[in-house]
Amino acid sequence: MEAIHLWWIGEKDPGPRTLDHVRLHLGRALQTSVGIWNDPARPPDAYDPRRKQWATSRILAWLGTTGPPGKVLAVTDQDLFIPILTFVFGEAQLDGRSAVVSTARLGEPGLPDPRVALERLAKESVHELGHCFGLVHCDSPACVMGRSPNARDVDRKRGEFCSKCRDRVMRRGGEAR
Amino acid sequence: MTGENTRVLVVDDEEIVRESLGAWLHEDGFQVSSAPEGRTAVEMMKNDRWNVMLVDLKMPGMDGLQVLEEARKLQPDAAIIMMTAYATVDTAVTAMKLGAFDYLVKPFDPEELSILMQKVVAQQSLVRENAVLRKALKKEHRFRDLVSKSAAMQRVFELARVAARSNSTILVLGESGSGKEVLARTIHEESPRAEGAFVAMSCAALTETLLESELFGHEKGAFTGANARRKGKFEAAAGGTLFLDEIGDISPKLQLDLLRVLEERKFQRVGGNESIDVDVRIIAATNKDLQKAVADGSFREDLFYRLNVIPVTLPPLRERKEDIPLLVEHFLDRLEAEMKKRVKVSPEAMAALLAHDWPGNVRELRNVLERGAVVAQGDVVKPSDLGIAPAPARMPGANAPGEPVSLEEVEKRHISEVLGHTGGNVSQAARLLGIDRVTLYNKIRKFQLRRDGEDSDPSGS
Repeated sequence: MEAIHLWWIGEKDPGPRTLDHVRLHLGRALQTSVGIWNDPARPPDAYDPRRKQWATSRILAWLGTTGPPGKVLAVTDQDLFIPILTFVFGEAQLDGRSAVVSTARLGEPGLPDPRVALERLAKESVHELGHCFGLVHCDSPACVMGRSPNARDVDRKRGEFCSKCRDRVMRRGGEAR
Repeated sequence: MTGENTRVLVVDDEEIVRESLGAWLHEDGFQVSSAPEGRTAVEMMKNDRWNVMLVDLKMPGMDGLQVLEEARKLQPDAAIIMMTAYATVDTAVTAMKLGAFDYLVKPFDPEELSILMQKVVAQQSLVRENAVLRKALKKEHRFRDLVSKSAAMQRVFELARVAARSNSTILVLGESGSGKEVLARTIHEESPRAEGAFVAMSCAALTETLLESELFGHEKGAFTGANARRKGKFEAAAGGTLFLDEIGDISPKLQLDLLRVLEERKFQRVGGNESIDVDVRIIAATNKDLQKAVADGSFREDLFYRLNVIPVTLPPLRERKEDIPLLVEHFLDRLEAEMKKRVKVSPEAMAALLAHDWPGNVRELRNVLERGAVVAQGDVVKPSDLGIAPAPARMPGANAPGEPVSLEEVEKRHISEVLGHTGGNVSQAARLLGIDRVTLYNKIRKFQLRRDGEDSDPSGS
């Protein structure tokens, strides 16, 4: 399987545990080791002042020209959007190199336990990288590739692939080796 | 939710919308295509089928409502979702009135879009299921070229299916035009003899000598004009089925000849000595009461029993009027293939068809529809196109003997027949019925005969 890196491209410090937690989750789901890419560069023109949000398409395009080799998952604390939707948790290039995921809407105010938001981030990270491995949304209950348009839906699914999606990822990973 | 079997067309003049919506739907497994303008979308609809269309309301050139109208005509089963950046109640109402599945305001809430797409997938799977069920039902109501859902005809189909597997002689009874030859051909096609020939022969209207020669063939010089040996229908049908229609009309001599063939399974050509083996399955048919003919001595009893091994009686169309809509659909499909013209029958014309007595049975119905399709201006057959007058020989609404009906039913049928006769002209129908127009409209409403009386009456003021 080709190299996979996590890259923090957010504004605030993510805290000591956040990226490590996501890294471990990804490693278990994808059965490979995942690295952390430290680079202060940030997507230069992805902010849309009219919507006050960051355009995922511009972030993904920027990730295509910079950063580590192999697949890369950018993590940010900024609110993300695609033009037709009010917001997205993340977006990925289907069967491609780059994905991005945001913490901005995963921890709603008043959330009793911050670990819930961390779990959601881990699941959405696996989900978006799953797209990079060619997976589309899955109907199996609890599979991490299930569509989750809101945070409650993220809570309902597990952080792992169902057996069918796992086989596909492993096959795809093997092919790329 | 995965939309693996769902084809989606995104129609929007903004590339970014087409791209991002396409990518979002693609992640759900939908097969997504896009069109940058209305006209392109309509062209795409002509060449391909789409389950779902997401159409932007405001586009230069052909706008979303126009695309929606075209889509309803070209692909009525597709679910159309209108998208717009400006939500106004008026446009939403217009879109829904024109048959849109739903309406979304840009940018969409991800949850709203997700739920809507789940609804569309469920609705489209119902559409597909419905189509499969309708096809299966249609198949159930068919026995090759025969179409019926009436219990009496279903029993005929069942008997015919069983009879087809045997080699026994079949006697088909039924009024003129009730489909005796079609049933005979169907039995042949269902039988182990299907690879052989199906030879049909009408025994009426031919002289005894000519019929004899037609059936058994003749040797050269057998009679004046017999310049060469000629094989008859029995030989032509060897290995197959010989359908003898109007069997009740054959002469006593031919009755005897036929009886011999059936008993000995051999015959000789006219003027010949050579015995030829018969390998033919006989299906005979008549619209006469053969038992009565036996009783009055005009038909041989022994031949009757030889022919009457498996009797099948086709009910007349007036006794299975529930089949008329099904038969209309069947014949319109046929006519479309023959005439390259698809027509529909208006509700008023269908009422006239249902009210008619059909003395000529299914054959008459077919001819009436063919006339209607030819005469119709446009693609809708109206009562006046059918050329069927109210049955004058019987009291209006009279049922088959033994089936009394209510006075109200008689009134309803009579009004329907008169409306059929006037081609839906209410004023004329009121004059014929001897009542005023208001009274007739009230009765039309009461019996639900027409819903658009006021509009479709050209002389109405």
